[in-house]
Amino acid sequence: MSAHGASTDRLSRFAVSPARRRRDRLARTGVLVGTAIALVPLALIVYYLLRKGLGAWSVSFFTTDPTGNTFFGGSSIGGIKSAILGTIEIVALASAISIPIGVGVAIWLVEYGRDSWLAHTVRFFVDVLTGVPSILFGLFIYIVLIIGTGSTYAGYKGSIALALLMLPIVIRSAEVILLLVPAALRESALALGAPRWRVILNVVLPTALPGMLTGVLLAVARAAGETAPLLFTAAATLKTNFNLGGFMNSLPVQIYKDVTSPTTAVVNRAWGAALTLVVMILLLNLVARLISRRSRLA
Amino acid sequence: MTPDGPAPKVADLDPDSRSELERGQQQARDASTAPPTRRITGSAAGHQPAAGSRLGSGDAGVEAKAGIAVRLEGLRAFYGEAEQVKGIDLEFRANEVTAIIGPSGCGKSTMVRCINRMHEEIPGAHAEGRVLLEDLDVYDPAVDVVAVRRAVGMVFQKPNPFPTMSIFDNVAAGPRLSSRRRGDLRQKVESALRGAGLWDEVADRLDEAGAGLSGGQQQRLCIARSLAVEPEVILMDEPCSALDPIATLKIEELIDELKQRVTIVIVTHNMQQAARVADRTAFMLDGKLVEVGPTQEIFTKPSDPRTEDYVTGKFG
Amino acid sequence: MDAAALSGGDRSVLERSPLSRLPDRALKYGLTALAALILALIVYFFIRLVGQARPAFAKEGVIGFVLGNDWNVGAEHFGALPLLVGTLITSALALAIGVPIAVATAVYATELCPLRLRAPLTLLVELLAAVPSVVYGLWGIFFLAPKLQPAEQWVADRLSVIPFIGGGLVTIPNYFITGLVLAIMILPIVSAIAREVMAAVPADHKEAALGLGATRWEMIRLAVFPYCRSGIVGGAMLGLGRAIGETIAVTILIGNAPRLGAHLFSQGYSLAAAIANEFGEAQGVHRSALFAAGLVLFVLTLFVNGIARLLVARASRGTRAAAGGRGPSGTISVADVAAGA
Repeated sequence: MSAHGASTDRLSRFAVSPARRRRDRLARTGVLVGTAIALVPLALIVYYLLRKGLGAWSVSFFTTDPTGNTFFGGSSIGGIKSAILGTIEIVALASAISIPIGVGVAIWLVEYGRDSWLAHTVRFFVDVLTGVPSILFGLFIYIVLIIGTGSTYAGYKGSIALALLMLPIVIRSAEVILLLVPAALRESALALGAPRWRVILNVVLPTALPGMLTGVLLAVARAAGETAPLLFTAAATLKTNFNLGGFMNSLPVQIYKDVTSPTTAVVNRAWGAALTLVVMILLLNLVARLISRRSRLA
Repeated sequence: MTPDGPAPKVADLDPDSRSELERGQQQARDASTAPPTRRITGSAAGHQPAAGSRLGSGDAGVEAKAGIAVRLEGLRAFYGEAEQVKGIDLEFRANEVTAIIGPSGCGKSTMVRCINRMHEEIPGAHAEGRVLLEDLDVYDPAVDVVAVRRAVGMVFQKPNPFPTMSIFDNVAAGPRLSSRRRGDLRQKVESALRGAGLWDEVADRLDEAGAGLSGGQQQRLCIARSLAVEPEVILMDEPCSALDPIATLKIEELIDELKQRVTIVIVTHNMQQAARVADRTAFMLDGKLVEVGPTQEIFTKPSDPRTEDYVTGKFG
Repeated sequence: MDAAALSGGDRSVLERSPLSRLPDRALKYGLTALAALILALIVYFFIRLVGQARPAFAKEGVIGFVLGNDWNVGAEHFGALPLLVGTLITSALALAIGVPIAVATAVYATELCPLRLRAPLTLLVELLAAVPSVVYGLWGIFFLAPKLQPAEQWVADRLSVIPFIGGGLVTIPNYFITGLVLAIMILPIVSAIAREVMAAVPADHKEAALGLGATRWEMIRLAVFPYCRSGIVGGAMLGLGRAIGETIAVTILIGNAPRLGAHLFSQGYSLAAAIANEFGEAQGVHRSALFAAGLVLFVLTLFVNGIARLLVARASRGTRAAAGGRGPSGTISVADVAAGA
């Protein structure tokens, strides 16, 4: 073993000053603390949601509609059945609208438009669309479908507003995935003499499907949580309603209305509804992640 | 001091188990060999291998530092479970250029990166054994890795000046870490740039971006950057492989001058380059050291048949 | 060789029938039309919005509307300054609190974190984006705001000499708590982008810094931050855009007082909150004023997001060039979706 003491001064010319070491330690601690701080809100939200939300859950919570009765507590206020069903209906319609259109535009961008000026412009406007505050989508639909047609609120109008919100997300994520499909795959199919639409349908899409599904599910999760676009389009009603042409309740709107109520029981219901909504969204996220893991591209 | 009687042929022994004695005998023999002729005529100093080894076969009158700058003892390097460097004993003499040659994947870069402890920066990688900077084992737990890296500098394969910094800031980056005095800095930067042979070309544009230089200039900038912290050893990992022949030549000339200031270890897959710049050459194969000796000998009369096969191009 | 001679018919085998080319044509033109539709949609959106906002601008004048400090529904006088200022204050707060924390998590995740913890940590930060804004509002007003009120009051009392921060009565809904919750909401976006640009720093530069004998933090300062600067700023601006447009959480937390709050811990208003609150019952000029507020909001977010995208694009172009390969990875994360990135 080498002579320890004498040798360590050998490097003393190169030694790191205590000030530098302190700065390094300080910075590392700071970064660690910052990261810990970032995780605290999530823990608190989850904890609070569970504590207050689970308390509100019961069979009648899920099976009765809200009664609109906010002055007395207990069972007279009802549950959130119409809100849950409403969210499912509205988001389902919104997905049915935005997914085909979104995927179609993405396919066009990757397969046909590519570097053309039109494609660049479209991409630019899709970018613009992603930054639009969600309430403006609601306003836009209001202008076009309510003022414009002289008619009133309806579930499907809320769906269209949500579809507008989902569109740029679907387009972007689909485009990213489609770009990942190796050119070689397309080329070998084309070299076999297959027409372009066949190549897209039978080769590109199936390969891209899991990845696109992930993006789609995340867009759906996002839409399910939105309140603002629904405020002036679908409005809200209390009763369960399977007619998207009429007023329709939804979870976010129901929560929003209940938040400002003076009645504790109603606020508790809001917590229960919030927990329900978050569970739904987390499930969608989980499924999206599981699918993404099975994708051959990501 | 020459040994009494015939010395056993070094090549007959497994290089990994050569005893100190044999190594000493080898060194003594080297001391009496004529220095290899070189295409580049550098300064006279440093042509003689420093022979101040522990075994006392010292030749007097060697300038700068006498002795061994770095010694590897039983160095093994792992990537996770996989052993890439399988036990190396090697010495690098002070103020000499030692080249490490060998086929791709033989572990030469890995071994060299262990010397300044860059190897452990790769997740899952670790090293065992000793790397001695004179008396001091750089892997000793009491030693600060940051200090080691100041003492042992590194020049990488692809020139990598800091892209957002000017030429001056690039060279000053190292010294700035420990002292911010402007006067000092200026002086250090100029000295380093002169040492790298770049001063004349950039003195009037020190504020320009480092990334705006040509490839060869960038690499010399990186050398200047390493020089600025005044290391004892500079490790070069295939420094010319990304450069054109003219830039390569400039750097090889530079290496010849630099060895007065520092000890140089250069990894190269280009045997002609090793023949041009190195005083001694070590040949590695499959993680082990096959042979080491004066460059001329390795290339003209190598002791080990594997070395001979490699330098004659039978495999590569 | 004459192609037509290859077959017996009046069409060579090398030509496809017009019918078989139909799906391709249909697909191509159909999709092109769809893409063009997107453009048309946005332009149409803008035009209609302006149309609806016009009466309000006519009444107050554009400058008068934007800078007028009186949002008085009763008197039918609509100066949107309190709204604008409220939006900007809360968003600035969100940036000031959220960006450093987001960058810290990005630095930790990419440089300091043990490898095994990286994925779980990233997941946890991204989960913040999965929480809907109404839940943030709910949690904020019923849990966070009451809990922080004593501390806020303490700060206001201690710092009473500093204008705007101190010296007032702290209400539960206020600018500060809104900004704080907004900071939490933009964390995942900013962190995701910061992480991405940091992970793209070429190992070369990091090794060069370490090779000079730099400590870990010095290496980050030398090789990582300068490289990532524009990317991080771009990410921060995307977060800003999100904060500016956030409606529901802000409405719940800001107190909806249609005036300029006197200090940090007082109630205020924001553009989006005003729309959410008042639109249901608004008529005539009032409604038009709300559309005008929406227009201001639109222009603001367009501007901020435009700059943001420019910066992020420039940063990723640089990294792509340096890395010589692909840019961002193909995996989509929740934060990507939230940012629309």
